[in-house]
Amino acid sequence: MTQFLKIAGFSLLVISLFATYSNLGIPQIKPAPPPSQESVDLSSMDMDSFISLGEKIYNTKGTCTLCHNELGGRAPMLDNLGEVVSARLEDAGYKGSAANVVDYIVESMNEPSAYVVKGFGKVGTNDQESPMPDVRSGSIGLSEAETLAIVAFLQDSSGLDVSIEIPSNVEEVAEVPEEVPVSTGGQGSQRAKYASAEEIVAILGCGACHKIAEFEGAIGPDLRLIGQSRDAEHLRQSILDPNADITEGFVAMMPPIYGDQLFASELEMLVEYMASLK
Amino acid sequence: MISTSIKQLLIVMLVVFLLAVLPFSVAEAAEGVQVTVPELSSSDYPVIAGVNSRVAVWLAAQLHLWFAAFVLAVPIFVFIIESIGVWTRDQRYDEMAFEFIKVSITAYSLTAILGGLLAFSLFIFYPQLMTYLTGVFSESMFYYALLFFAESVTLYVYYYGWHWLQGGDKKWIHLTLGLLLNAVGTLLMLLANAWLTFMMSPNGVDTAGTFTGDTWGAIHNFLWNPINLHRVVANVAFGGSVVGAYAAFKFLSASGEDERAHYDWMGYNANFIAITALLPLPFAGYYLTAEIYEYSQQMGITLMGGVFAWLFIIQAVLIGTLFIAANYYLWCGMGRSEGAHRYYPYIKYIAFVIVASFLVWFTPHTLVLTNEELKALGGPYHKYLGPLGIMPAKNTAVNLMILFTAVSFLIYRRSNKLPTVSWVQTGNALQIALFVAGIANILILGIYYGYFTNTVYKVAASIPQVLTTLVVIVISTVIDSFLYKGAEEVAPLRWGRVPDRSQYALFLLAVAFTWLMGLMGYIRSGIRQHWHVTDVFRDNSVDAFTPTLGYAANVVSIGVVIFMAMVVFVFWISQVSSKKSYPEGYWKTA
Ligand code: HEC
Ligand code: HEC
Repeated sequence: MTQFLKIAGFSLLVISLFATYSNLGIPQIKPAPPPSQESVDLSSMDMDSFISLGEKIYNTKGTCTLCHNELGGRAPMLDNLGEVVSARLEDAGYKGSAANVVDYIVESMNEPSAYVVKGFGKVGTNDQESPMPDVRSGSIGLSEAETLAIVAFLQDSSGLDVSIEIPSNVEEVAEVPEEVPVSTGGQGSQRAKYASAEEIVAILGCGACHKIAEFEGAIGPDLRLIGQSRDAEHLRQSILDPNADITEGFVAMMPPIYGDQLFASELEMLVEYMASLK
Repeated sequence: MISTSIKQLLIVMLVVFLLAVLPFSVAEAAEGVQVTVPELSSSDYPVIAGVNSRVAVWLAAQLHLWFAAFVLAVPIFVFIIESIGVWTRDQRYDEMAFEFIKVSITAYSLTAILGGLLAFSLFIFYPQLMTYLTGVFSESMFYYALLFFAESVTLYVYYYGWHWLQGGDKKWIHLTLGLLLNAVGTLLMLLANAWLTFMMSPNGVDTAGTFTGDTWGAIHNFLWNPINLHRVVANVAFGGSVVGAYAAFKFLSASGEDERAHYDWMGYNANFIAITALLPLPFAGYYLTAEIYEYSQQMGITLMGGVFAWLFIIQAVLIGTLFIAANYYLWCGMGRSEGAHRYYPYIKYIAFVIVASFLVWFTPHTLVLTNEELKALGGPYHKYLGPLGIMPAKNTAVNLMILFTAVSFLIYRRSNKLPTVSWVQTGNALQIALFVAGIANILILGIYYGYFTNTVYKVAASIPQVLTTLVVIVISTVIDSFLYKGAEEVAPLRWGRVPDRSQYALFLLAVAFTWLMGLMGYIRSGIRQHWHVTDVFRDNSVDAFTPTLGYAANVVSIGVVIFMAMVVFVFWISQVSSKKSYPEGYWKTA
């Protein structure tokens, strides 16, 4: 009997060690809830909100950031489509039928293999077949209106004029969860939103490296007057992809993780705050 | 002359055989079938007595799977052990094989009961999904029932006929039965695998999930074979570890020296089986993962790069535990030999490498830091630990761990032997050179690809590393078997002369294996995310979200506790069945 109790005790101990490690030893990420299927009303929407709807779908239901992100090198970035598209359309390998940016983006989403960006094709297909799924298919299931919203967003974020119209016929458009961190492929954490840029700076520990607010870090550039020399665009990139453009006299030490930790609106808040430090 | 009872037996075997092949001869596309996917809302899912339906089905499925894995795996190695007995004419093997199958007999009925429980809870909690799946798989579900019947018949004849079918032709008939049993068992598993892989990578249906009768298409879906392979190998490893725990249990409660010796030997063999099957498992895993990526890049990324990425850190901890436990057991086992002292000095180095590799393996890439720590470190990647967290470093560690486990095993085998061939020195030098070259190659590949090429190529090192490991293990085993051909024994092995601690290593192995299987079961099912059937049948229940890893780990832990309790019951009952009481004066005398 004592043998038996010893064995039982030992086994329980082992099991609880595994369980404890899984609960405390690794970060508990709460995955985003599944995309909702309710519809939103398009008729009352202006272009800005249509674009931001596109951005949300891009980050959540569209799962685009799963592949199109700064970190992984799994898919090309989509922030310079103006130049890219004209080169694509002239490429000898182009098999599609698009004649302009909008058509090309839509085609890329609906028939990804019409043009496969070099080096990004499915392994073994010699860049003939794209690993990107048809966004209308089951796993993503975008409606036409949702696709157009993304196109609007992509045009806008590539610095192009948005040349599409908001569809008027009522179509199903997913209501996306209000906020999900930028570029996480939809795995949001369930924390409360930060209230101010100062709070973000304090909590994310920017002051460990930078002189900002009351902090005196010395590893990175002094940010107390950063708004004098940098615009919002640059500041945003400095956070999302800090190593893209290394400030002179410094080494690439800034962690590229903050994009994942901030909600889109928080990122904007932070960028605006820094831009105002003049 | 063939006796009547043998004739009867042969007829039974023929019937079983027909039952098993019948499904395949008549299976053809049914005409005019049309099964469509319903669109559900959360109110379509019954809520019963406040039970969390996901957890209920999860536990029932996992428990059924553990038992089924065990019950399917045991006959595989029982058959092999029995054959070894026939080959060597060493009766101990026959007895051990019988004892293993005896354990699995009680487990068999529990498997069936749990299977019933699973089916029952699925139909109660997910009726529409089950209507759809039975619509698609109706035929194969019917054959499943037939096969299950065939399996039971064969298993019972195989077990209860063990002592009757001994010697000469009868033994051959018994072996044939064993083969038949395994064939039927494997078919059963393949069918069940078809259902769950259909849910992961549906086939034979159109994009809306409508099924029009292509049963074979649905069965032969994209992930079917990768899962089949992975499961067979994993089941054997798992089954070995559970019978190892059985032997340890009996060893610790044994009364005499003979009994201890017997169960020590049994435990050693069980451990050997578990580890032999464990070694190729990572490769089956690579294959499965590669196929998942091939099927859907999104699913692959969800698996390796999304929420689930941390799960592989837990997996690393578990596999590391398995390796350490297995090695520890081997080292303890050297106490059985009088010649082992020659090798003791080396063990500490092996232990060092294995523990160090283990630590590298589960060093996370980005450490979770507080602000203070961040300040102290100057970044999220630890200056020294960060570089160890990347994939090539981990792959290198895993390969070294496997390689050094092979060294442990070689040493264990050598510990009781004195080689007699003339080329001992050359042979040893060759072995050392082989291992040194192998280790150097693995390290160089890891360092080169890990730190001197860009990201895209980082994983490229894994395949040549794995090949190196395999080649070294195969060649060194071959050399050693020639080197120790006709070797003298130092002294007969003293089975039973091992410390009790070593038996706890066997328990650790079984518990870690069970837990690991539960965890991987969770991820296999979890990567479907909010789909019952990927991309065609959406899960709209309130439980469609993916839980955190901690939550999953807790459910798995509860499952393991229940499983272990049931297993102990199985061990106990198989002990009771061989006990007899002869009460005086209870029965009236004739
Ligand atoms: C599974 C990974 C994956 C997902 C998810 C994904 N893409 Fe892609 N995408 C790729 C790859 C790889 C390429 C490059 C190959 C090609 O040209 O098809 C690409 C190419 C593109 C292109 C063409 C880019 C160029 O330079 O020509 C566009 C536009 C695009 N994707 C948009 C999207 C949008 C919008 C979404 C979300 C609705 C999305 N993608 C989701 C992998 C993905
Ligand atoms: C581990 C140290 C570290 C932390 C923590 C850190 N940074 Fe940086 N940061 C740097 C370094 C080093 C540079 C300069 C190199 C470069 O441009 O990437 C930099 C550059 C920048 C720049 C660009 C400055 C310019 O001159 O263009 C901005 C803006 C910035 N950081 C903002 C932040 C914010 C906001 C946070 C907190 C969310 C933060 N940093 C956290 C180290 C850090």
